[in-house]
Amino acid sequence: MAKSESIMENILDNYKGVWVIAEQRNSEILNVTKELIGEGKKLAKLVNSDLTTILLGNKMSKWAEELVKFGADKVIYAEHELLEIYSSDAYSKVISNLINTRNPEIVIFGATTIGRELAPTLSAKLNTGLTADCTRLEIDNENSNLLQTRPAFGGNIMATIVCPKHRPQMCTVRPGVMEKAKYDDLCSIKGKIEIINPEISHHDIRAKVLKVEKSNAPEIPLEDAPIIVSGGRGLGDAEGFELIKKLAVKIKGVVGSSRACVDNQWIDSAHQVGQTGKTVRPKLYIACGISGAIQHVAGMSEAECIVAINKNPEAPIFQIADYGIVGDLYKVIPEIIKALDNVEDIIEAFKKLS
Amino acid sequence: MTLKIIVCIKQVPDTNKVKIDKETGTLIRKGIKSILNPEDKNALEEALRLKDKIKDVNITVISMGPGQASAVVKEAIAMGADRGILLSDRKFAGSDTWATSTILASAIEKIKEDDGADIIFCGRQAIDGDTAQVGPQIAEHLNLPIISYVEELKYDKNKVQVKRALEDGHFVMECPTPVVLTTIKELNTPRYPHMKRIFETFGDDPIRKIEIWSAENLNLENTKMGLNGSPTRVKNIFTPTRKFEGEILQGNPKEVARQLIVRLKERQII
Repeated sequence: MAKSESIMENILDNYKGVWVIAEQRNSEILNVTKELIGEGKKLAKLVNSDLTTILLGNKMSKWAEELVKFGADKVIYAEHELLEIYSSDAYSKVISNLINTRNPEIVIFGATTIGRELAPTLSAKLNTGLTADCTRLEIDNENSNLLQTRPAFGGNIMATIVCPKHRPQMCTVRPGVMEKAKYDDLCSIKGKIEIINPEISHHDIRAKVLKVEKSNAPEIPLEDAPIIVSGGRGLGDAEGFELIKKLAVKIKGVVGSSRACVDNQWIDSAHQVGQTGKTVRPKLYIACGISGAIQHVAGMSEAECIVAINKNPEAPIFQIADYGIVGDLYKVIPEIIKALDNVEDIIEAFKKLS
Repeated sequence: MTLKIIVCIKQVPDTNKVKIDKETGTLIRKGIKSILNPEDKNALEEALRLKDKIKDVNITVISMGPGQASAVVKEAIAMGADRGILLSDRKFAGSDTWATSTILASAIEKIKEDDGADIIFCGRQAIDGDTAQVGPQIAEHLNLPIISYVEELKYDKNKVQVKRALEDGHFVMECPTPVVLTTIKELNTPRYPHMKRIFETFGDDPIRKIEIWSAENLNLENTKMGLNGSPTRVKNIFTPTRKFEGEILQGNPKEVARQLIVRLKERQII
């Protein structure tokens, strides 16, 4: 037993390095990739190793250089015209070949609609574990295992998952949760770029993308917005979002929503914040007529400042709000809009009072 | 040629109704009923719609779980599925997504031998775990193509054309069968079970019976199932903590609006 365990440890020791799988859409790197590089750097330091970013695409060498400036010690850029658009078949073929030949210890993906298909495909291909939608990653001091923490049961509980005897340790990380890596022009001196040209043919790709179509998503993606004004069931109807939009425009924010409004078809699902929607960490989150179900809170509790407006003083949203307003949102929001027109006067008036 | 469809379903606790005990910080699961996972219902509904349209369609539903999970297999039959199989064995207990998908894939292989499989549907994710991993993993274990997040589906002559949802739009995709598809709620609105079929499926001696398969029915080593076959382990479970006491602003709408602006300005948030 002891002997087989030491053999096991030796095998595990053959795996070195932290990898981040970059994600591009339309040949632009997604912000989640920058967040993963930021987090991956921290982990790489803790396991005394380097951070490598894997980029798949076509004509993206400029972006490979940019990824180095975001702090990747190394970028492996797989270039091929059939990698321009994601396909499970081609992407999993290229990445599994890389993992099998270079043996990274940890591989991190963004928990996007694509990462959440690619990562499980690879976990089955590579016969290793995968933890979905992590919101926290740490290294176990005792054995250097990756501690992967994620919400479960609709955000009601958190679970820390490990993958003790299989390598690489793989996880997807929710967009908007980790802090973005800092951009530094000087990083390019240290980082290396390796370009590879994998062999892929049309026959490799069974599920083919014929067309990419855009929907009515918010102009600034929710994950990137510094200010979000969100509406919930308390709006009463779809027209309620007109008022939410007014406040959002005035305060230079974007419109968010709870799941109830999306289910009622008051607003497009691209606006949905929460467990089954987006995870956001804006500077300011204004929750209007949102009761604060745990599923919603799971997606916005990391906001720097939370304001809640709700008729019901018992609404759970008040438990996490920095500032709570118990009242009718249709009366309160117009007053906030008015106050935003007179910020200087109001500040002056308050100074005089105090 | 009959179109052969397999739908993978799961019984889950209705997590939308799960509440936290504020004193102990633990889940109150008492009285929470178990349901057929919502997106698995969308998967089954899509299979049933193909059957409504093409007629010559055979739908087999499979689920893995304890004996009580037979309830969702029966529900699927009452909705219109032709055959229902519950994979139930103590050896399956503690399976993570890798082991679960390995077991399901092994069952699908076996169904394929005598029945074939042109389309394998799964719900995108279950509301208890939210991982979305089992569908793509089944596809890979079976060496089949995967399209997940399916929000629109057309089937025509050994080929599917789908809209595959993305954060900001969708892919229009095409794939020859056999294929694994995972479905999202935008795809359809599931039907209610037929009253007649409910009577035929539930009860002490039903006309429509479901099959129970144990590990012995599968061609799979013990090392690939249950806790032993699972690469991942749960190390710790805890309830999320709240950060701090907030402030409830007092006064009429105009007063609270002005107080709010002052506080946001002071903290340089606006």
